[in-house]
Amino acid sequence: MRDVAIIGIGHTKFGRASKTLIELFSEAALQAIDDAGVDLKKIEALFQGAALPDFEEGQVMPAVFSAADLNLGPIPATRCEGACASASVAIRDAAMWVGAGEYDIVLAGGVEKASTMGVNFATRTFAMACHAPTEGPVGLTFPGVFAMAARVYSRNYDIPLDNLRAEMASVSVKNHRHGALNPLAQFYKKYGDLTVEDVINSRLVADPLTLLDCCPFSDGASALVLCSAEEARKYTDEPIYIVGTGQGSGTPLAKMEDLTKPVSRINSARAAFKHANLSPEDIDIVEVHDCFTIAELIALECMGFFKWGEAADATVEGQTELGGKIPVNMSGGLIGKGHPIGATGASQVYWIVKQMRGEAPKGNQIDPIPEYGMTDTLGGDFGTLCHLILGRSKRRK
Amino acid sequence: MENELKVNPSGVSGGTGGAREYTVLTQADYENGVKEGKLFGLRCTACKKITCPPMPVCQWCGSRNLERTELGGEGELITFTEIRVPPEGFEDDVPYIPCLVRTKEGPCVVGRLDYDAERATQELLGKQVKLNGSYTKGDKFSGGPRTCPVFGVIE
Ligand SMILES: [Zn+2]
Repeated sequence: MRDVAIIGIGHTKFGRASKTLIELFSEAALQAIDDAGVDLKKIEALFQGAALPDFEEGQVMPAVFSAADLNLGPIPATRCEGACASASVAIRDAAMWVGAGEYDIVLAGGVEKASTMGVNFATRTFAMACHAPTEGPVGLTFPGVFAMAARVYSRNYDIPLDNLRAEMASVSVKNHRHGALNPLAQFYKKYGDLTVEDVINSRLVADPLTLLDCCPFSDGASALVLCSAEEARKYTDEPIYIVGTGQGSGTPLAKMEDLTKPVSRINSARAAFKHANLSPEDIDIVEVHDCFTIAELIALECMGFFKWGEAADATVEGQTELGGKIPVNMSGGLIGKGHPIGATGASQVYWIVKQMRGEAPKGNQIDPIPEYGMTDTLGGDFGTLCHLILGRSKRRK
Repeated sequence: MENELKVNPSGVSGGTGGAREYTVLTQADYENGVKEGKLFGLRCTACKKITCPPMPVCQWCGSRNLERTELGGEGELITFTEIRVPPEGFEDDVPYIPCLVRTKEGPCVVGRLDYDAERATQELLGKQVKLNGSYTKGDKFSGGPRTCPVFGVIE
């Protein structure tokens, strides 16, 4: 496989948008194309994550019409579906096609416009990423699944549930602190001084998770221009390389051995590390899928950054903060930045690239500039997992 | 056992057209069982373990040598939650309690817990539960009504 680089990045303001989802994606795509300095005619294929455009705007083929909106011509344009991990799956597939030598320059990313659906209908459509036959009639929701996982975490590691609630809240406090500093975040200049008590005392969504344990419903898009490494230096002095990728698939909840140790995530992360010839100690910064506070803890343990049951304490100790052992979600994460589900994976990559360029917002930028960064994206109730490892130098062979 | 399952053996109207069929116990068979207070599953003749809810292959070893069986309907409460913000269509149920139960026979089942939501605390984890009913729900997206098991705590 050839080495693959990211040469351009784009990201709309997350929150509530009045533009259509095709317009939103075009905004992010044109930012990325201008950032790369690439002519539109050079784009050979589009890989687009979009989870629920069917329900948001009655749009089943957003990738096709995005390519048309950008006047890319009759190139292959494919919608990639992995629920909340759709964009990461799109980027991974795009990297595979470029790596395989089929294309030199492609566009990848994602878009979502969830706020049009309202809370209850959005909750219904998000829950369609659960196993419909067995979990549908139960009325399970994503917060519900993670609330169930939080109770298992409490029992597995003998952490009284009230203590765990405070530890989980510290994830929200941290991520909101950084989201409040991010001008593209849904909660920019909001909740920056949130307290653990605020989180615990906010409205219950699915016991024990409260509203402030959860990410919001959001609109937004993010896009990247990927290029073969040989070509990359024609366009930029600072290509960021995709040095490792992994993807995993889960099962219905009933078939999982332990809700806090999803095999889909463990295997996907391990595949990415193996592909990159790196281990967790080599990674300087991560953006993980904190759809809920407990999800960040589970992600960090599955990826190997902390031992089983130790991510909660580590978070309280500041090990996942700026200057800690492994800074996590310095963009604000899904909780602080917002979660337009089909766009999230591309947004995570965007913010790792910004860190590697030294261009993250003040208070979020880590020092020194990271050599290696990683993203973790989850779709459904552990249904799709995708990991991407980015480096400032090419893949170690 | 076999004749207790009132099913169309092919699961397809008009038969299979001669194609080999791998599904021994359909989702509909399973849901019809739950409605009658029975938890049907599959016994693997290769590894002897039980698969439930049904799959066309053994959930433990992947074997296709499966035969229908009935589980006792008892198990241990692994976890639960109490839903306060429901999906559209479930507004009148709030608060309700989804749960995950590990059956005595081994496989886990997702269902609802029949328990007072105000009194449901972490102490319930590990309690013995028993199938005591069913819950049926459907909307225009669900391909018709679907049924899940409801469990009660054995006090
Ligand atoms: Zn078997």
